[in-house]
Amino acid sequence: MNPVSYFELLRLTLPEIVVALSGLAVLTLDLTVLQRRSLAVRWRIGALVGCAGCVGAILLLLLRAERASLYDGMLVVNSLTQFVQTVLAAFTILAVLLSVNSDFTVHVGEYLGVVLFATAAMMVLVGTQNLLVIFASLELLSLSLYILTAFNKHSRKSAEAALKYFLFGGMAAAFLLFGISLLYGLSDSIQLTAIAATLGAQPLSPLLAVAIVMIVTGLGFKVAAAPFHLWAPDAYQGAPTPSAALIASSSKIASFFVFSMVLTLGLPAGSVMPRWFSLIAAVAALSMLVGNLAAIVQSSVRRLLAYSAIGHAGYMLLGILAHSALGLGALLYYVVTYALATIGAFGVLAALEKEGIDQVTDLAGLSRRAPWLSFCMLIFLLSLAGIPPLAGFFGKFYVFSSALSARMGLLWLVILAIGMSVVSLYYYLRVLKQIYVRDSEVSVGTIETPLGMRATVGLIALLVVLLGCFPQLLLSWIDGALRAMPH
Amino acid sequence: MNGFPWITLLTLTPLAGATLILLTAGKNRNMARVIAVSASGIALGLTLALWHGFNSASGALQFQERHAWIPTLGVTYHVGIDGLGLLMLLLSAVVVLMSVASSWNCREHGPAYFVLVLLLETGLFGTFTALNFIHWFLFWELGLIPAFFLIRLWGGPLRARAATQFFVYTMVGSVALLLAFLAIYLATGQFDFIDLAQLAHNGQLVPALAQNLHWGHWTSGGIADCIFWAAFLGFAVKIPIMPFHTWLPSAYAEAPSGTTMLLTGAMSKMGLYGLLRILVPIFPEQMQHSLTLLLWLAVASAVLSAFVAWAQTDLKRMFAYSSINHLGYCVLGVLAVLKWTGGSLAGEKAAALDGVLLGIFNHALTAAALFWFIAMLEKRSGGLRGLNDFGGLRKVAPVFCGLMGIAIFSSLGLPGLNGFPGEFLIFKGAFPLVTWATALSAIGLLITAVFLLVILERVFLGPLNERWALLPDLSRGERLAMFPALALMFVLGFYPQIIVGMVNSAVVQLVSQLRL
Amino acid sequence: MLAWTIYISFLGAAGLMLAPRVNARAARLIALLTAVAGFAISVIGVCRYTPGTLVTVTRVPWIPSLGIEYHLAADGISLTLLLLTGIVAVAGVLFSWNVERRPAEFFALYLVLIGAVYGVFLSFDLLLFFVFYELAIIPKYFLIAIWGSTRREYAAMKLALYSFAGSAMVLIGVIAAYVEAGSKTMDLADLARFPFPLHFEMWIFPLVFVGFAILAGMWPFHTWAPTGHAAAPTAGSMLLAGVVMKLGAYGCLRVAMMLFPRGMEAWGFRVLGFGSWRGLFAVLALIGIVYGASVALVQKDFKFVVGYSSVSHMGFVLLGLMTLSQIGLSGAVLQMFSHGIIAGLLFAVVGRMVYDRTHTRLLSELEPMHLARVIPFAAFTFVIAGMASIGLPGFSGFVAEFEILIGTWRAFPALAVLAGVGILVGIAFSWRALDKAFLGGAGTGSPVDRSPSATVLPRITVAERIGAAILMAATAAVGLYPRILLDLIVPALQSPLFDGLRKGLWR
Repeated sequence: MNPVSYFELLRLTLPEIVVALSGLAVLTLDLTVLQRRSLAVRWRIGALVGCAGCVGAILLLLLRAERASLYDGMLVVNSLTQFVQTVLAAFTILAVLLSVNSDFTVHVGEYLGVVLFATAAMMVLVGTQNLLVIFASLELLSLSLYILTAFNKHSRKSAEAALKYFLFGGMAAAFLLFGISLLYGLSDSIQLTAIAATLGAQPLSPLLAVAIVMIVTGLGFKVAAAPFHLWAPDAYQGAPTPSAALIASSSKIASFFVFSMVLTLGLPAGSVMPRWFSLIAAVAALSMLVGNLAAIVQSSVRRLLAYSAIGHAGYMLLGILAHSALGLGALLYYVVTYALATIGAFGVLAALEKEGIDQVTDLAGLSRRAPWLSFCMLIFLLSLAGIPPLAGFFGKFYVFSSALSARMGLLWLVILAIGMSVVSLYYYLRVLKQIYVRDSEVSVGTIETPLGMRATVGLIALLVVLLGCFPQLLLSWIDGALRAMPH
Repeated sequence: MNGFPWITLLTLTPLAGATLILLTAGKNRNMARVIAVSASGIALGLTLALWHGFNSASGALQFQERHAWIPTLGVTYHVGIDGLGLLMLLLSAVVVLMSVASSWNCREHGPAYFVLVLLLETGLFGTFTALNFIHWFLFWELGLIPAFFLIRLWGGPLRARAATQFFVYTMVGSVALLLAFLAIYLATGQFDFIDLAQLAHNGQLVPALAQNLHWGHWTSGGIADCIFWAAFLGFAVKIPIMPFHTWLPSAYAEAPSGTTMLLTGAMSKMGLYGLLRILVPIFPEQMQHSLTLLLWLAVASAVLSAFVAWAQTDLKRMFAYSSINHLGYCVLGVLAVLKWTGGSLAGEKAAALDGVLLGIFNHALTAAALFWFIAMLEKRSGGLRGLNDFGGLRKVAPVFCGLMGIAIFSSLGLPGLNGFPGEFLIFKGAFPLVTWATALSAIGLLITAVFLLVILERVFLGPLNERWALLPDLSRGERLAMFPALALMFVLGFYPQIIVGMVNSAVVQLVSQLRL
Repeated sequence: MLAWTIYISFLGAAGLMLAPRVNARAARLIALLTAVAGFAISVIGVCRYTPGTLVTVTRVPWIPSLGIEYHLAADGISLTLLLLTGIVAVAGVLFSWNVERRPAEFFALYLVLIGAVYGVFLSFDLLLFFVFYELAIIPKYFLIAIWGSTRREYAAMKLALYSFAGSAMVLIGVIAAYVEAGSKTMDLADLARFPFPLHFEMWIFPLVFVGFAILAGMWPFHTWAPTGHAAAPTAGSMLLAGVVMKLGAYGCLRVAMMLFPRGMEAWGFRVLGFGSWRGLFAVLALIGIVYGASVALVQKDFKFVVGYSSVSHMGFVLLGLMTLSQIGLSGAVLQMFSHGIIAGLLFAVVGRMVYDRTHTRLLSELEPMHLARVIPFAAFTFVIAGMASIGLPGFSGFVAEFEILIGTWRAFPALAVLAGVGILVGIAFSWRALDKAFLGGAGTGSPVDRSPSATVLPRITVAERIGAAILMAATAAVGLYPRILLDLIVPALQSPLFDGLRKGLWR
């Protein structure tokens, strides 16, 4: 273990620190200076500070060119982590922008603070290969997200969702910790690559199998894969919209990245295929089936998005199953574009907050009442369905082709995935049908939405279309990051 | 070869007339009928010009045009006429002109009617000049569709059923024809009639069929016979030959009389033309094998139809069956030529065929005239045309009776009128060749005479039926219109050489080609 | 330059969507101009084209890391279908001249669909092909769901899901082929040259073929077609039956058969009498022909008659494809063009001319109206369309069906005979529809009355006449002089692209 100066450590963790500091700054500002101002002003200033912090972090990340691995992988800095952290910070900016006009709480400072802390947690989470640091940051993230879910004190659904989330999460954390401790016991290390090296030679013992199952359970909960998904529908529906947006987008990205790292770096490959292969394949298949089939019968828009998220988690697990650099790249591309589309969809819902939209049928006739938002929603939902030339299509194509090129045996899973995509088109079209085809029976006037919201949502939609028509933009970045990696 | 495209021009003239009516005359009936008459008049003029330029001494094809059309399928645009074709063209032009003239004063026959008639004329011209199966078939069908609509839209009370029957029968025949020639194409790669006739002449057709169409355990002869019968069906329905004639009486009766003129005058001739141009040169051996059966069919057509005509009470139906009768003789004449004589009796064969062609032309003329007269009668009687509805019309409309009488006698075959030379030649030529059939067919002559005289007696002679005391006679215009046709009847009666001279070379060539 | 057919269509659509307060009149004009421009470009492209070559329109790297290019190219077959799209597009706009509800969105969706179709026919990169192919699904859904008639939401969803399922099957095949060929290229020519292992081709060919054939209306996956066509608005049906079904057939030829020809070889064993995918698909095509025609014969709804007739005609296309002979394949491509025009004409008559005026499509309700006297132009157009549809010589259908029959005779003689039966049934249902809808029925019986029809209907508009004239002229032109298209198609079939096909079972 090389001693590293604290200054060096500070420099390397500066992005996370900046984000955390901005969280503290928002908190302080709001609780002291801005107490007497109006809600709108407080939100705006808080958002400004928060975004400034994130922008700062992004700049620091982009300008930084070094690689390092400190303390046996407790802090890892390479082009891949740089990429993911940048993306996370960017998504936080979007989430903050989308929350600017909300009115579900008066505790602006606390809210934004927790959001930024969660972001910092995520950035730490992806920048480490040490199981304990992973667990710690995962807990920080989870706690933040529980709080964010419960933030709407006036809504019983919010409290209920948070409670379920917390209980499930707590249990999942316990599983994860238990699995980590078993791994430690088996390999005498908590550093991923070291674990892999030690366990590589060993045959699959019952203890190792239990450890794998535990870890998969814990992390599977985080990514909302079946059968660990039961918290997701309630959380998506009950949480305040900006919180749900954050859960559905950034947290997914970070969780999948960690999942991938743990499985591919930490749990070793067996002679023919990784030990966890069949388990993950089963989880993937189950997620696809449960997510898509359940989404068909949903009547609430957010629950529909939640179940579709479960389905998408299944597709993304294919990237992990590919167990190759190409697979990882595909996973990252997919999760980023998926997160974009999801945050956009939640953004539209946030903009329409005042209409009290919950059921799919509440969206009837939206195309005449809010044409711009409807069009953006069209783009987001079609991207989720995988219709070209939108980003989601390339995500799916990339994941499926990398899965197949790594291992032809995954064919049956790919076929299932594509089949479930067809099913997903049905429920996405159902929503679009309400928006575009049906006429509203209740109200007819144009819906006024804040310009800022529309601009943000529009920007996200533009990105989705752009990434769909020119996937190379994102792909080159990911490929570059992967190529610079040692393994 | 490929000189000035006279034939194409002729074929397109009625089409141009039809298009002109469609584009300009819309609802204007007067303009439409003027255009129609002009177009068919010009067509007749062109036909006469063609006759003028035609070399009657040669039996070969003249005014040929040959262009590649769909090379990959072996389809060429090949047209040409010999004496036979020219006769048919002339016949069609005359009959169509008569039909259009008969509709001049018919108020229900609007522009659409004239368009359809002109389209039919194009179909006729095309059928009689085409020498490659595909575009021959195109024109064959082009004749069918307007006829269907003419019956369906302007016909009598039972027109729907009559039109349907007409359509279905003719369509079935056409399909059989198409299948037969598709099979031939698949076997030989040829669609051209002339080339196929050459193949048959060289004895290469049957082996080609056997070689390329492997139909289970059929012998080569069997395959050829099957194809022949399929093609024969197509023409047999058109002429018609019994027992494929059942569509005819209703169709003729329900069609407006102007259309019936076309049906009997021109369209039935399409069938006979097909026999002569297509079946006989390509399938002589097959026809010969089945000669006895075919002769029985011809005899039945000639004799039974006469009996049935006698039993009718609707004038139109009587003449409809009479058509079957007359054309039965023509079929008899054609079949006679196929009798194996080893090269002798060529003169008789030529005579028979000459008679057939004369008979075709004359029947066209006469039948058209007869149905025109019936149209005039219907107009005056308010739609009645039953045999027993009239009586003693001679007293109130002598000119009408006189002129119609001429036509009836022509149909009867009175010497001095055009009907006689044709029938005479047929019987003269056929008797030594197919004696028993000819003898039996003569019964038909007898019965025809009987019922025609019955018509004369019931309609024109006898006591005047008080109902028609005020029946108007033929107007000036009508007399003028009928004059050319009737004059032609006399001229051809005394001087049939006009027609025979046109066709004889072709006939002789056909007979010698057959090598039977 | 041919790429501008795509771009102009999309630009037109964007213009219609973004411009505020576009009224119906402006929307129609923009749509018409765009469609005419697209057609004009296709015509110019054909005039400049040397038969037998492959004209590269655009070729730029798109996703270099995956070896995917934005590659547009055209050969004779593509050009034939581009012409078809142009003609039907223009006619479709003319027949939608009376759309009053949300016209800007209607024409925008219409133009997006046209643009996507142009894109499919011009694509020479497999992924780009797929992108355009899928892109076409969503406009179809909305066109039917918003402006359609009977059970439109159900029909639209069924159509969208069937199409998507078909393209999902194709996607599996595309990805598998891409991976098998080394994940280096998606170029159609390169993939056509790549020697896939036989066992691989044996399962990929039926997968991709069936995926495309679903959209082409192959029995028994055709059930979306009659419902969808009947529910769609007139221009929608014209495009759907006229052009979109051809996307499927084109995919069968360009992707399934060109890339995986060995998939059609004999299996070496027999299942239920079939020894190869080729034999199976040929029989399915034939069933489609006869089934489509037979069911059309008993329909009570006029539009369903035409819908099922489309299934029947597409059966001919698929049968022609399976003959694997030059004459059969060129017949199949010609039939794609021919049926596109004819279907457009038939749906125009049924939808725009009859239904928009009488508001009923039931033959029993149309019978007493004696439409032939009320709207004679419609009757006339239907007669021409009917004649073309049954394959009468002089119209495009004849040459196409004739070539297919000859090809089928050489490959599967028994099927050729049965296909002939299909044509006969076709004559029957065409005649029945004409009789009942226009001529006042009673084709088999009772005396017909002569009194003028009591129905009074609006006249046929100029736009409809022009649209009908364009379509009738197209089918007659190709019927009378098929070489305009055959000279494009036949050399294209002889190009090196189809080498794999030729080396195999070509005859």
